[in-house]
Amino acid sequence: MSKMHIKMTVNGKQVETLAEPRELLIHVLRERLDITGPHIGCETSHCGACTVDMDGKSVKSCTVFAAQANGADVTTIEGLGGPDNLHVLQEMFKEHHGLQCGFCTPGMITRAHRFLQENPDPTEEEVRFGMAGNLCRCTGYQNIVKAIMAAASEMNAAKEAAQ
Amino acid sequence: MIPGTFEYYRPSDLSEAIKLLTTHGDDARVMAGGHSLIPMMKLRMADIPHLVDLQDIDALRGIEVDGDAVRIGAMVTQHELIADEALFKAAPIIREAALQIADPQVRYVGTVGGNVANGDPGNDMPGLMQCLDAVFSVHGPDGERDIPAREFYEAAYFTAREDDEVLTAVSFKPQSGGYAYEKQKRKIGDYATAASAVLIAKDGATCSSASIAMTNLSDTPIYSQAASDALIGSDLGPDAVSAAVDAALGEIDPAEDGRGPVEFKKHVAGVILRRAIERAVSRA
Ligand SMILES: Cc1cc2nc3c(=O)[nH]c(=O)nc-3n(C[C@H](O)[C@H](O)[C@H](O)COP(=O)(O)OP(=O)(O)OC[C@H]3O[C@@H](n4cnc5c(N)ncnc54)[C@H](O)[C@@H]3O)c2cc1C
Ligand code: FES
Ligand code: FES
Repeated sequence: MSKMHIKMTVNGKQVETLAEPRELLIHVLRERLDITGPHIGCETSHCGACTVDMDGKSVKSCTVFAAQANGADVTTIEGLGGPDNLHVLQEMFKEHHGLQCGFCTPGMITRAHRFLQENPDPTEEEVRFGMAGNLCRCTGYQNIVKAIMAAASEMNAAKEAAQ
Repeated sequence: MIPGTFEYYRPSDLSEAIKLLTTHGDDARVMAGGHSLIPMMKLRMADIPHLVDLQDIDALRGIEVDGDAVRIGAMVTQHELIADEALFKAAPIIREAALQIADPQVRYVGTVGGNVANGDPGNDMPGLMQCLDAVFSVHGPDGERDIPAREFYEAAYFTAREDDEVLTAVSFKPQSGGYAYEKQKRKIGDYATAASAVLIAKDGATCSSASIAMTNLSDTPIYSQAASDALIGSDLGPDAVSAAVDAALGEIDPAEDGRGPVEFKKHVAGVILRRAIERAVSRA
């Protein structure tokens, strides 16, 4: 089967690669573009470890064909922050022990980022409902919810200070 | 978990999509959000040599609410259904049901058209649309036709839509009165063990209209005329509600699976039906 040119914007950069239409977005990101932040947990659309932001929506990149993503604007955990410039969410996950093994964390934070764009001042219950597509086998979720609530407060305080 | 190979198409208008379906017959299939289809392709339970992605067809998008008619384009996502305020005013049961489908990531991409066209008895929108007495518009090489949701489902994965037809929209009249979508599931993201959509309107203390449909309790969704009739004209008191629940239970035929044996499903169906009816009554 012939490959097609896939052009995307990933973390603000134009990228182009050859891939078969049937390749999954998660494989294109990890294996062709060397963007290994998003993880493969279940590969069956259930765990959310592969969550990336695509055209302003949180999607499970194990359930998107490369061909569908052609032309899309994709953000992964790498686009939110790195070791030298942690995003508030990353900072708060660290602060509040929102991770143990860290496997689910890129998906958690990428999803939480989109969630807080849509609901900047959520209740704890809303956080749990908004994060329901992401599974964690380690933390018991308590500290993940705490970290997201704390990040929301920090982000709102920063917004107020800027005004 | 890699699906078989396929030729990929992304037409920008409907006639082009229909032409592809006509040309490739059985070997072609449309894809909307892909969140039922891609899992099936990954498991190699679906083999689709020609895959027609509908994402660029603008005519399939948009929610129109005007006075006595609601029209939802097939490519409208569950996320968009939940967010739309005009739709919420016209038919609040849609938001209540859509919030119980899957999880946030799935709702961003899963579409109303894919959900009703799929034909999986586990899908929540078919029962919901039967409750609303919706009509599905399908477009094929010979033009457009409308199929009532209550006549659309023939068996699991078999519907009245022909292979070369694209479902373009669902339409229904705004609802009035009370409503409820009740769903029992093992966890968020799971399909229903049993679910029920109920609409009830009152004239004074008397029930003037009722509509009761069910999800995942047979190999198709079930609209129960008998259950609706048991309520219409009644005072909606405990006896009438029990009669409606019994009538609805008389029409189900659940199968044993990971969600439990048949007896358990019948029990859950009774609980869910009663809750849905009582909640709809309380809001009527
Ligand atoms: C983890 C998970 C949990 C889920 N939980 C639920 C749940 O609780 N309740 C529920 O209802 N659903 C659930 N779903 C399914 C989800 O809602 C799907 O998105 C939906 O069933 C199909 O919509 P889609 O747009 O993704 O369609 P697709 O997967 O693209 O298509 C599904 C089928 O419909 C056909 N089709 C699609 N659009 C059209 C059209 N316009 N005209 C003709 N044929 C068309 C396709 O050819 C295909 O056969 C879940 C999915 C996942 C991955
Ligand atoms: S790897 Fe995609 S949802 Fe689990
Ligand atoms: S921290 Fe280990 S899976 Fe979440």
